[in-house]
Amino acid sequence: MSDTNEMSNTSEQRRQFLKTSVGAAAVAIAPGMLMFDMAHGKTEAVSGKVRWGMLINTANCEDCDKCVKACNKENGLSGGLSPTDSQWIRKVELKDMRTERSLALPMMCQHCAEPPCVDVCPTGASFKRADGIVLVDKHICIGCRYCMMACPYKARSFVHEPLHDQKPDVPRGKGVVESCTMCVQRIDKGLQPACAEACPNKSILFGNLNDPGSEISIKMRTEASTQVRADLGLDTGLRYQGI
Amino acid sequence: MANHSPLRFKNRIFYALVAAGGLVVLMGLYAAHMMEGHGHIITGMNNQIVWGMPHVFAIFLIVSASGVLNVSSIGSVFNKPAYKARAPLAGLLSIAMLAGGLSVLMLDLGRPDRIIVAMTRFNPTSVFAWNIFLYSGMFAAVALYLWTMMEKRMNPWSKPAGLLVFVWRFVLTTGTGVIFSFLVARQAYGTALLPPMFIVMSFAWGMAVFHVAQSSIYEWNEKLLDPYVQKRMKNLMGVLVIAAFYFVAAYHLTNLYFARQTGFERFILLDGGIYPLIFWIGYFLLGNLLPLLLIYHPALGKSRSILSASLLIILGGFSFLYVFIIGGQAFPLSIFPGYQVTSSFGDGAIGLYQPSLPEIMLGMGGVGIAFLITTIGVRVLDFVPHELPKSA
Ligand code: SF4
Ligand code: SF4
Repeated sequence: MSDTNEMSNTSEQRRQFLKTSVGAAAVAIAPGMLMFDMAHGKTEAVSGKVRWGMLINTANCEDCDKCVKACNKENGLSGGLSPTDSQWIRKVELKDMRTERSLALPMMCQHCAEPPCVDVCPTGASFKRADGIVLVDKHICIGCRYCMMACPYKARSFVHEPLHDQKPDVPRGKGVVESCTMCVQRIDKGLQPACAEACPNKSILFGNLNDPGSEISIKMRTEASTQVRADLGLDTGLRYQGI
Repeated sequence: MANHSPLRFKNRIFYALVAAGGLVVLMGLYAAHMMEGHGHIITGMNNQIVWGMPHVFAIFLIVSASGVLNVSSIGSVFNKPAYKARAPLAGLLSIAMLAGGLSVLMLDLGRPDRIIVAMTRFNPTSVFAWNIFLYSGMFAAVALYLWTMMEKRMNPWSKPAGLLVFVWRFVLTTGTGVIFSFLVARQAYGTALLPPMFIVMSFAWGMAVFHVAQSSIYEWNEKLLDPYVQKRMKNLMGVLVIAAFYFVAAYHLTNLYFARQTGFERFILLDGGIYPLIFWIGYFLLGNLLPLLLIYHPALGKSRSILSASLLIILGGFSFLYVFIIGGQAFPLSIFPGYQVTSSFGDGAIGLYQPSLPEIMLGMGGVGIAFLITTIGVRVLDFVPHELPKSA
């Protein structure tokens, strides 16, 4: 009967299948196994004695965008405002819904001590330097955007288009995520972040949170300041006054 | 040779199907190529809605890939012969959908060329990274399981292998749910209810996909499904749809219970424009009520209406994910509770999203991959359920 024929045919096919599938399975699982071997340690040249932070006084923050302009210029951003353009820093207008009090403030990466973006990043491209600055390694980021989903402050932008005329000390790239770097390239040269320098009212105070004698630490010790969404317990490096 | 067995696809239909599937896959690849060249600017995604249509497709495929294995688990872990005969087909469908879903996820990356980076660098705190591991392990586990079923000598091992798959897929679907559970700052996500919800939804969607595949195979081979088996499977599918709906209802009700979430619920269920529309019409009406009617109404419940019910459940799944993923991001993050906020970056504003052709093509490409693998697998490797001479 053709039934027996059919049977042997089938088992031949099955044997064939076995060979292919074992090969395919090996290819599929290899990366998974490899991942376990990859410890990812980063050796930073920067010191953990420093934790850079900023204290923003909203009382002096007026209707200007000099910090935003300075950031764009320093980091080579286009300054475009479409939903696909990068904005590392933005001015947010707030109105208290009960008292109707209005205020404005600059919003950017809060350089969390417990950054959700770093926790979720599958490759470790999002990382926190020993001095507290949270950065994206442009060469490792695969552009999955999970960090953008995880950031409670909407601090990150994805580069949606090819870039031209980049600044040599601020690497950026199409298809990867970026955000405020606190101007590391300036800090590493002993300068202040561009926004802090540009503010005409000195509303942005930059300094070392770990140094009890620094201006920022003294001010935080003597005046009230708060973290945005302090309830999330992220221990942000940026603090605000007047909200 | 194909004529030997009435259960095999006819040659012509087979080649036509392969050609059609191949075309869809090529379109998807072309879309990915365009996205790689122009950047994501040609998609509807932006800095507010960072995950879009590709993720709806990918997550549907991956979640269903896990759910479809329900059929094999019932067969091998709980020893039900009618399901056992179907276990290989379920395994094939699972591998096919997993491959489709993962391809979409990968090709949607901003830097798909860095996939090796994704596979060699492993951040142990990242749920995403665990998932990469879970997905590749799933391939291996299902392939092993298929082997134990298809190779006579290995048959005794099929039960433990089935158990491994059974456990693995639970972990995998939990992992998919946890991807969202970890997003604590977002109103739509960040609840522990998501992993179980995803697990139960995966059962319902997987069952529906299985039904569609099985009906098509039987139809093209002019075979009739044993009415007893049909009845059992359709009833199970009905129960799973109800269970999934229960979880979705619980998810929204718990959100409503927490005062800070009522704004979000209003948006998703009432005044969020397209999202409530898709939720109520696409998910609730077409994806739940109608299929349940088709399954349980005494005058219906025949094979045609079960096929329609399955297709509707799949449509409901897509609707649910669209609302969940895209609607969930469209609702503004609450960065300054108690304040009304505006900015140039969409603070306090509903995110705008318009799916573009390339991203839909990319998503369809994933479905095409799953279809192609299934079609070829069924034809070449004889995955058609072989009913035992007479079950009882
Ligand atoms: S504000 Fe956002 S991007 Fe910046 S460290 Fe915190 S989570 Fe990361
Ligand atoms: S987009 Fe880049 S930095 Fe963000 S989570 Fe993915 S790999 Fe990490």
